[in-house]
Amino acid sequence: MTGADPRKQEPTLAVEGLKTHFFTKAGVVKAVDGVSLHVNPGEILGLVGESGSGKSITGFSILGLIDAPGRIVEGSIRYKGRELTTASDEELRKLRGDRIAMIFQDPMMTLNPVLRIDTQMIETVRVHHRVSKSEALERSRAALAEVGIPSPESRLKNYPHELSGGMRQRVAIAIAFINKPDLIIADEPTTALDVTIQAQILAEAQALCARTGTAMIWITHDLAVVSSLADRIAVMYAGRVVETGRTSEVVSAPRHPYTRGLINSVPSHNARGSRLAQIPGMTPSLMNLPKGCAFRTRCPQAIDVCLETPPIREIAPGREIRCFNPVGAAQPAAAEVAP
Amino acid sequence: MSGEPLVSARGLSKRFVKKPDFAGRIAGHLGADVREETVHAVDHVDLEIMKGEVVGLVGESGCGKSTLGRMIAGLLTPTEGEVQFKGKSRDALSSAEAHAARLAIQMIFQDPYASLNPRARVEAIVGEAPLVHGITTRAGMPTYVDDMMRRVGLDPELKRRYPHQFSGGQRSRIGIARALAVNPEFLVCDEAIAALDVSIQAQIINLFMDLRSEFDLTYLFISHDLGVVQHITDRVVIMYLGRVVEAASTETLFDGPNHPYAQALLAEVPRISTEKRTFHPIKGEIPSPLNPPSGCHFHPRCPHAFDRCRNEVPVLKEIAPARYSACHLNDG
Repeated sequence: MTGADPRKQEPTLAVEGLKTHFFTKAGVVKAVDGVSLHVNPGEILGLVGESGSGKSITGFSILGLIDAPGRIVEGSIRYKGRELTTASDEELRKLRGDRIAMIFQDPMMTLNPVLRIDTQMIETVRVHHRVSKSEALERSRAALAEVGIPSPESRLKNYPHELSGGMRQRVAIAIAFINKPDLIIADEPTTALDVTIQAQILAEAQALCARTGTAMIWITHDLAVVSSLADRIAVMYAGRVVETGRTSEVVSAPRHPYTRGLINSVPSHNARGSRLAQIPGMTPSLMNLPKGCAFRTRCPQAIDVCLETPPIREIAPGREIRCFNPVGAAQPAAAEVAP
Repeated sequence: MSGEPLVSARGLSKRFVKKPDFAGRIAGHLGADVREETVHAVDHVDLEIMKGEVVGLVGESGCGKSTLGRMIAGLLTPTEGEVQFKGKSRDALSSAEAHAARLAIQMIFQDPYASLNPRARVEAIVGEAPLVHGITTRAGMPTYVDDMMRRVGLDPELKRRYPHQFSGGQRSRIGIARALAVNPEFLVCDEAIAALDVSIQAQIINLFMDLRSEFDLTYLFISHDLGVVQHITDRVVIMYLGRVVEAASTETLFDGPNHPYAQALLAEVPRISTEKRTFHPIKGEIPSPLNPPSGCHFHPRCPHAFDRCRNEVPVLKEIAPARYSACHLNDG
């Protein structure tokens, strides 16, 4: 990360060379293996990858939510210049839920099923701020209204099971935003929701970030969702970021063969009824990655040097790829991927 | 695509009734207002599927698309109406015909993890049904299973393995091989690719399309993923709270949906775009099927709703050749 960003501001979060490994009986699983990324205030970063790519573990690592047998073995996570990998549990606890919040795929991971919504929201406020109960309640009501929940007063009195899935996710988002955090990590928050409800949640998240200047990392497997939501995209494969850049650039002219394969395999990028351009093979096991570039065995343009591990390199300001033989700049995104 | 439909549903309804429990019955005796709860999962649906056609059934959760699929596949008995197979009502078939009809319609399930017996080897999962139904012999079964596995792109070497030893995409392929093993004519795919990663989804969609041309299969493709539906189907049926709101050929529908719900649904499909977009979602939630709104089920969320929508159920009418929509706005 050089000073390529024209705004020249300090990023809300900067992750450098993060490695989170899991030491299992069967061997070391390198779930996150050298991830670097950053988010600026008010920016939405889309972290895209398939299952097992390490995208969720990256998110958990930032919040210090990695449990044994997992461990952050290397790298730094800097929140506004403060190192989090060496922070004490107490320091992390003060940050979590206040300055850095998380939204999970399943809102029931955030919500306690046996407590009313108001109890949970008031607690979130009062744990971090010295305010009266009524003040905390008022903030809770405002937060619920902010995420588009109709009649927030009566919803506050509900238990989580009395709400629909979309409503619960809104409550979880309201709780994440209630202390006006600097950073929110959203892990597939709309994956379990219906299309019309997903659109509502995306609209609210987008508006909230713009309004409050909160930075957001939106973790998802769905390129279509982030392409319309995020400012920048980081694509992960087998524990590493393989491509980053502005959303429009990455989507219209992907340079890494994996990104191109992902975009081309989306049905709307293919003529109706034609065979989809597919990436051959399957995601390799993290315990047994191919030597060198992990995508090498599925890559249509792998060459001999790919046996070495490709370094991440900047090809344009703010645009980085991890590939020896990238897709040519002139090559359109819809070019056919060889089987 | 003319002639007789392969499968058709006539006035098909499914109601699930929840009887009051013991405490509820006592409360009822004491004068409390406790009644049976009825969910109209599917409400008088007519559907015709021609031979060789791929029909997409689209809707959000709770709209009854899976229930309809299961009734067509014969896994659920309809409360009302009938399913016809090759022009004959399923209830009127002789037992031999009914047997053949059951084999001819196979289902592929959403969850490749839950729909395979975890304690059976792949060879048993794929080979059991054809053996029982006399499609193959015990001696011929190994080669038959090998053949089925090759057809769906699995290495026959792996047939002694258990489902947990496979990845999600491979498990889907096992589910497909199991369905194909009894030589079906018609496949009901209930969210068959929803649980898979993007790159694996593309492989399975390609497999479905290859199998279609190879075996002349007919599909009912149930999905909430409109991008996939647009890609592989010939005709799309959109459901909302148990009723069909619009049915048309895929091209016509995606060119310009008629029903306000279809319009909203299509507008909100996330697509890969190079620009950040602003979302203009429709308001409100899907109402509970326990207590659906009166008249047109969509009226509380509909931007064009007027008085008639609140009182009168719109009927599914042909608004253009082979294009149906259930909306009062079409009456001028």
